[in-house]
Amino acid sequence: MADPTDPTAVNGQQDARDDLLSELVSHLSNNRTELRQEWARRIGEARLLTALTEEEIFSEATSVYDNYVEVLETGSVEALQDYARNLSERIIPRGVETDEVLGIVLLLRDVLARSLFEKYQADFQVLNEVLDAYEPAANRIANTVGVNFVQERERIIRQQQEAIRELSTPVLQVRERLLILPIIGVLDGQRARQLTEQLLRGIRTNRARVVVIDITGVPAIDSTVANHLVQTVDASRLMGASVIITGLSSEIAQTLVTLGVDLSKVNAVGDLQGGIEEAERLLGYTVISGAVDKADDRV
Amino acid sequence: MAVPILKQGPFLIASIQSALTDTDVLQLRDDVMAQVTRHRSKGIIVDVTSLDVMDSFVSRSLRGIAMMTRLRGAETVIVGIQPEVAFAMVQLGMSFEDVQTALDLEEGLALLEAGFLGT
Repeated sequence: MADPTDPTAVNGQQDARDDLLSELVSHLSNNRTELRQEWARRIGEARLLTALTEEEIFSEATSVYDNYVEVLETGSVEALQDYARNLSERIIPRGVETDEVLGIVLLLRDVLARSLFEKYQADFQVLNEVLDAYEPAANRIANTVGVNFVQERERIIRQQQEAIRELSTPVLQVRERLLILPIIGVLDGQRARQLTEQLLRGIRTNRARVVVIDITGVPAIDSTVANHLVQTVDASRLMGASVIITGLSSEIAQTLVTLGVDLSKVNAVGDLQGGIEEAERLLGYTVISGAVDKADDRV
Repeated sequence: MAVPILKQGPFLIASIQSALTDTDVLQLRDDVMAQVTRHRSKGIIVDVTSLDVMDSFVSRSLRGIAMMTRLRGAETVIVGIQPEVAFAMVQLGMSFEDVQTALDLEEGLALLEAGFLGT
């Protein structure tokens, strides 16, 4: 048994491991077709990647396999990282889940380990050394692919959150000095804050006197958000604008009353149409329909 | 720094130029009351556009001025509250419920004129 503290012995071990690794790589390259098929078969058996067709699975399996062998050979995961990112980009929109991706990488690991067991079953000592060389590399690969997949997903989620944030609070001018704020979707604390900020800015830039906040598209409201809404109404008043809230659903109305939120200062109107009519009344507009007269003239 | 108070017809305009110390605020209150008495003004506009922050003392004093001038027969309108200031005030529970507010000087004058001509 070599002394592990002896530097030459360590170098010797390293060399031996490199030799084993290159032997391993040539084994994997030689048996590329069978191992790949075996892997694809087991993916099908485990019902992973059901969103992809069989041909797609096979072609992706080929690329992953080749990348896998390359990592074992060179020890550099950069090419694999790029490939994993690219693969994630392609398969995430098709509904592939994290467990599936981890599943197939671990399956490949198992398939290759099996083939190593088979090859070296005669000599336990060599098998042990081969596995010593193979396992860290294989773990690193599984890690890389998994992490890249999750990172890609997170990137997409961040992007979508950004998009939702931008879409979420438009402030629209419908008449001189009249703004409308249609709110769709769940209001949480952050969105409510953003809404207030945009509304108050909008009041200043558009010199609004009346604002209609339409919450028809809001399914539920909690007490924090309700209080925030009341504060927004007060703050708007400080800037000289009166606020009309429309589209409070009966569920929300019940919740607010049950929670005991004080809405006595809030001017609420049933629907958006009513809200706009009320706003026009406050601003002194009268809407006159001209279409009817013209139609009468023609007859 | 003292706040200049301008006479504009039946109204007074107090335009705050920079951050106010507590003494300035008290000075403003005394000046406004003196001018209202002298000119028999019907309305006062306090323009706070240049204030980026408004502490509780300033807000309370402004509300006090509004209440006092009302007792002398003049309506006070606070104009030009910045969005950030407005929300901070509401969060601190100072929502000026019994004080008139308007977007800017022009709006404030329009509000006073409407109220003045209306009565």
